[in-house]
Amino acid sequence: MRQTGTRRRALAAAFPNTIPILAGFCFLGMAHGLLMARSGFHWLYPTLMAIVVFGGSLEYVAMEMLLSAFDPLAAIATALLVQARHLFYGVAMLDKYKGLGWKRFYLIFGMCDESFSINCTAQVPEGVDRGWFYFFVTLLDQCYWVTANLIGGLLGSLITFDTQGLDFVMTAMFVVIFLEQWLKERRHSTAVIGLGASALSLVLFGPDRFLLPAMACILFLLTVLRGPIEKAGGLA
Amino acid sequence: MTMTTAQAAITIALLALGTMATRFLPFLIFRDNKPTPRYIQYLGKALPAAIFGMLVVYCLKNVSILSGSHGLPELAAILVTGGLHLWKRQMILSIIGGTVCYMLLVQLVF
Repeated sequence: MRQTGTRRRALAAAFPNTIPILAGFCFLGMAHGLLMARSGFHWLYPTLMAIVVFGGSLEYVAMEMLLSAFDPLAAIATALLVQARHLFYGVAMLDKYKGLGWKRFYLIFGMCDESFSINCTAQVPEGVDRGWFYFFVTLLDQCYWVTANLIGGLLGSLITFDTQGLDFVMTAMFVVIFLEQWLKERRHSTAVIGLGASALSLVLFGPDRFLLPAMACILFLLTVLRGPIEKAGGLA
Repeated sequence: MTMTTAQAAITIALLALGTMATRFLPFLIFRDNKPTPRYIQYLGKALPAAIFGMLVVYCLKNVSILSGSHGLPELAAILVTGGLHLWKRQMILSIIGGTVCYMLLVQLVF
């Protein structure tokens, strides 16, 4: 019985943190399912991808890929390139996801941008089990994504959207998370490095290939400036 | 679709495999039972703020400053989101406020 109480408390604590993602995924997931249905895919395709890949940006690329000729090498290379940023998430979450038993496997499996961001920044309330909290954040996020893709895939071309601009909900969420992290830290060199390196890389390499150079630049600067950054302290 | 069902299934499996490689790799290299090297611990602390900066830029990657609406609706909506957040510090309120502002701008103004 105690187990049930622990889980219920964690679910209750986790849910409010996922509301922005519920809104964002409803829109982005349904749009993805709809687009795939309109391109002639059975609803199983977007739903299956939502379950096994669970990464919005790659799933949008995947649609194009599934419509062209079979190229397994390109598939794996694209997945590694588009998803390389998860390597950073893993490094950032090494300690937080330590010692959580079997839940750890699912937490890593479901570590998309949004689950990572919430679990990295949310304060787990007093008396709530950390492992179950992270678990429910991840599980709820994935449930939203799978359901939205399923609905979009089923409805196909039946509905038309007049929700132009709703996808901004994801941008707004990351702006708020960035700001929260900023307010939490006394020193902002790392935040400035992240923004600056990414913006510069975007200008130099364009929207489709800026992520890897941005990551390399961030890693380089954080490594070279490790002395002063650690000396200054103030990181959350 | 030009692919056969089997080819499509293989493609999706490879996409999943590539994704999981990037998610699991750090945890496989730095195991649960061993102490994490100091440099990696430092990165774990220094990276989050940098990553969130990168994700904000990532969300805005397709905004064109030189054409269309010149990124003005995005800029305005981000200022509203940030302003609301500094004022009330209510995550949901800031996100809804910024998004509604953006939707009104792109649907009615630009």
